[in-house]
Amino acid sequence: MSDLGDLYQQLILDHNRHPRNFQQPAAANRHAEGYNPLCGDRFSVYLQVEDGVIRDVGFQGMGCAISKASASLMTASVKGKTIAEAGRLFASFHHLVTDGEAPAEPVELGKLSVFAGVREFPVRVKCASLAWHTLQAALDTKDGVVSTE
Amino acid sequence: MSTAREMTTTATWAPRSAAFDVERIRKDFPILQQRVHGKPLVYLDNAATSQKPRVVIDTVERYYAAQNANIHRGVHFLSERATAAYEDARRTVARFLHAADPREIIFVRGATEGINLVAQSYGRAFLAAGDEIVISAMEHHSNIVPWQILREQIGAKLRVVPINDAGELLVDEYAALLNERTKLVSVAQVSNALGTVNPVKRLIEMAHARGIPVLVDGAQAVPHLPVDVQDLGCEFYVFSGHKLFAPTGVGILYGKTGLLERMPPYQGGGDMISMVTFEKTHYNTLPYKFEAGTPHIAGGLGLAAAIEYLTEIGLDAIAAYEHELLRYATEALATVAGLEMIGTAKEKASVLSFVLDGVHPHDIGTILDRDGIAIRAGHHCAMPVMQRFGVPATVRASLALYNTRAEVDVLVGALRKVREVFA
Repeated sequence: MSDLGDLYQQLILDHNRHPRNFQQPAAANRHAEGYNPLCGDRFSVYLQVEDGVIRDVGFQGMGCAISKASASLMTASVKGKTIAEAGRLFASFHHLVTDGEAPAEPVELGKLSVFAGVREFPVRVKCASLAWHTLQAALDTKDGVVSTE
Repeated sequence: MSTAREMTTTATWAPRSAAFDVERIRKDFPILQQRVHGKPLVYLDNAATSQKPRVVIDTVERYYAAQNANIHRGVHFLSERATAAYEDARRTVARFLHAADPREIIFVRGATEGINLVAQSYGRAFLAAGDEIVISAMEHHSNIVPWQILREQIGAKLRVVPINDAGELLVDEYAALLNERTKLVSVAQVSNALGTVNPVKRLIEMAHARGIPVLVDGAQAVPHLPVDVQDLGCEFYVFSGHKLFAPTGVGILYGKTGLLERMPPYQGGGDMISMVTFEKTHYNTLPYKFEAGTPHIAGGLGLAAAIEYLTEIGLDAIAAYEHELLRYATEALATVAGLEMIGTAKEKASVLSFVLDGVHPHDIGTILDRDGIAIRAGHHCAMPVMQRFGVPATVRASLALYNTRAEVDVLVGALRKVREVFA
């Protein structure tokens, strides 16, 4: 069970049960939808971006515990960050869950490091990264739909 | 070594169907002997694909090791033998489906290709703008999308028979949908997402009363129920080998001779012709008209081996055993708090589709996997079914002849563990 415990950490289970920023911010000016056709996970990420800074962020949708907790912790992590800072955070997060290419400018992940266990569950990497890809899409385009496939 | 063959020569002469011995059957499937994450494999994803008995694996290996040659072409020894074996396999499939004639058995890649063949050959030749095709709300995507493609091509209409909350097809609604514009009915015999066994014989009779031909998607039916296409009376019947303990990449389209003869070819190429000049090509006779190119010969032989294996055990014995196991599993799962079964039809086969309150199927899949349990979590290529029941996905445990009560118990125990993790 220890390996399962690595994946389903209390912080993840808590954010799954009580997701933070689980709403559409009133002043949101950017939005994207993320969809994982494999399991049907679907999230919308809303951003209020001003002067290159993410002033507010929220998400809505449905998905598994990993994807929902990841979306929740992501919103908490990027609020108040510049677009560039959020991008660096994503790069480091992606490295954490995939063990892929090391980021050019690694940053401290803080609570996000709770997803380190995902690396041992390759089929769940998409769950953990869905919200982040959606955030990226919302930042890159004014409106868009991003799919993990 | 073929365990199945050895058993036919045991001194007792007792047919295996006399006493369904699941432990002996399990020994015929090498893959079931392994451990996953340190736990004995509990394979409950049979609706996705089934495991292969040793006799099928040996048949495929023997073909490549000793028999490999192209069929219907060479005059040499190997080719003649491969051709004979392949045509024997066709006869085995014909007997299995109780087809009137082996020429009605077309080798295809799988049920999906069989449906696409009918849509593109029969559909484009005999349907026109405004004609209606009736399917059900519980169809696999492979019995939806080919008709949508045809709809785009010829302007036909797709009509969908609704289902009730138990996942049963509404026969009265079906009757109401049939009209003078209905030109084809295409329906699953067993639903892959719900396990519902549809009353296909009755549906066929109702369609025939209006002169409407019927295609039956038997992909989920043949591993669990004896099938007699002449008794059913359907015009077309499709299934996939890989769900019937045979290799992937081989499947069957059964079609009534009269219809197949009137239908244009599906693909052009070798084997489907009798004479080719640049001016005109004469097509081959049935079944070769629909078998362009070198087929999956080893797969066809493997399919016949699987059918012989199942026949030896006894299709009725398998159905009876699975029926009892399904009943046991249904009752056992009902004891898991917060579990809701999706698909509670009176007539069901093999499939236990369910959701667990507050836990996403994907998370359940991961936790069960760590206990060595293989189930499917997702939409099961039946997104409209998920929409019908208002769930994004379900957990699906699907049984086969080699599953046991003990494995069901392992599943139930693991689901309790899921409840603990997400308590």
